Amino acid sequence: MSTTAINDKRPSSLQGERLPKWFPWALGAGSVAVSVGLCLATGIDSRIQWGLIAAILFVLGTFVIAGRVEGRRQAKDRIATSLVWVAFLLAVVPLASLIWATVERGTKVLDGYFLSHSMGVVADTEPGGGIYAAIIGTLEQVGIATLIAVPIGVLTAIYLVEYGRGNLARAVTFFVDVMTGIPSIVAGLFILSLLLMFDLGFSGFAGALALTILMMPVVVRSTEEMLKLVPNELREASFALGVPKWRTILKVVLPTAIGGITTGIMLAVARIAGETAPVLLLVFGNPFINNNPFEGAQSSLPLYIYQQFKNSAGEGAAYDRAWAAALTLIAFVMILNLAARGIARWKAPKTGR
Amino acid sequence: MAKRIDVSGLNAYYGSFRAIEDISMTVEPRSVTAFIGPSGCGKSTFLRTLNRMHEVTPGGRVEGKVMLDDENLYGAGVDPVSVRREVGMVFQRPNPFPTMSVYDNVAAGLRLNGSYKKAALDDIVEKSLKGANLWNEVKDRLNKPGSGLSGGQQQRLCIARAIAVEPNVLLMDEPCSALDPISTLAIEDLIGELKERFTIVIVTHNMQQAARVSDRTAFFNLAAVGQPGKLIEIDDTERIFSNPSVQATEDYISGRFG
Repeated sequence: MSTTAINDKRPSSLQGERLPKWFPWALGAGSVAVSVGLCLATGIDSRIQWGLIAAILFVLGTFVIAGRVEGRRQAKDRIATSLVWVAFLLAVVPLASLIWATVERGTKVLDGYFLSHSMGVVADTEPGGGIYAAIIGTLEQVGIATLIAVPIGVLTAIYLVEYGRGNLARAVTFFVDVMTGIPSIVAGLFILSLLLMFDLGFSGFAGALALTILMMPVVVRSTEEMLKLVPNELREASFALGVPKWRTILKVVLPTAIGGITTGIMLAVARIAGETAPVLLLVFGNPFINNNPFEGAQSSLPLYIYQQFKNSAGEGAAYDRAWAAALTLIAFVMILNLAARGIARWKAPKTGR
Repeated sequence: MAKRIDVSGLNAYYGSFRAIEDISMTVEPRSVTAFIGPSGCGKSTFLRTLNRMHEVTPGGRVEGKVMLDDENLYGAGVDPVSVRREVGMVFQRPNPFPTMSVYDNVAAGLRLNGSYKKAALDDIVEKSLKGANLWNEVKDRLNKPGSGLSGGQQQRLCIARAIAVEPNVLLMDEPCSALDPISTLAIEDLIGELKERFTIVIVTHNMQQAARVSDRTAFFNLAAVGQPGKLIEIDDTERIFSNPSVQATEDYISGRFG
């Protein structure tokens, strides 16, 4: 009995039966069609259920058909591949639908006027107004936070990788880890308690300080990883030329890692650009343009989105403005990400001839 | 230019582990001295004590005296950075700076140590690349990245980079072990030329190479794994390879070792 089983599974030639290249696509289309038909027939109207049924049909169908035609090993290979594809689609669908929803709702009022004007005395229910003050606020707060956090973060990372030994380095690493886990609202509360202690008012700068707390550990971590990637041989080569350590770090280590460091900084900026909680506590929000980050309440994009949405009751002018501001924020973060990729590619050590 | 190295009573440690024990030897100027011996016997560690690179390794520590002519490299107040300007080094794996062009790699030692005039720098780069037998191959692509060269060319680029700062001594830590036979030959020829100007110390696992390039050969050995490495003997290369005075040397060279 066992001999026949083995003989069945082993074709005599090296060429076994193969399914055609279009098979996965055809099966995918087929399972979607069957799933839609099935659901319409049985009255299931949730799109999510349609998709899940199609995914299950696809995976099962792959296994059964491939197992029949190609043998068990090929069937396992196909089922692994189709599981990867299904997982990929499950991950992409929310992202794509989020972007779709934001673009669809955000483009209604997004135009030059919206970007270049502020709310002023426009009421929530009235159309008009814009996000100029919020853009100014976000740029200033994120800019100040970056100016403070990047030098401190990069220098800390240099200390940890190049100089740090023993207890101090371990303590710094530990506190950086702890800082990474600080909830943003707590950072906001901490700065707020300082404001109250010294009797200061709301300002963009206070918000920037809270953002700095959130940004610094991210910068330290990513810079540290990038510096660790620089081969030790390069440092030794530089030392062997009689170059002092600080110059080696400045002229050899940092240029080699600069692409990755820049990417890390850009991603950290993108992360804090969307922070709402500390800004809500410290910057307060302001419908009028306030170009001075050091005095008086300002606005910022995430805060603007929150406030407009809160006052909109789910429809009307304020609702549209919230979505348009959300689209602007996504575009801002995406541009930063693209810029980071561009810089990383441009600065990466060249290997071409 | 070339200086004599006089080592006496040298011990090197990694933390509490003693890697080499009580080494004394003299390296003659304008000659090639080869270090041979089994892996882990401390050849490379000893080489790295000669330009104070050993202490770059965390926990690295050295006791003893290394005289460069009449200056002790481990004397009080000696700056390791200035030692390394006198004693250059070429590593096992070619390691050109990846962010720099061929030209910048050769000029790196000078540029990073102070500003030089462009014309003077051009001269030194050309002279060093010619000295490393690389000029004809790269003169048309001086501004291309150094990491785009072949392995053998990269190693000669590293040699050019090391000799551009005009050191007195050139240390080479298995410079050919990552290279093919043709590139190895090119580097061995180069070593023959460079010894007119520099004192050269080379660590090698290839005994034919030691026999081909060196004037004197030192044999290192260790009693057992975990024991410190020791210098067994140092003598003229011909003597070591024909009639060594210690039995262990003969065993190692003739392949009867272990």
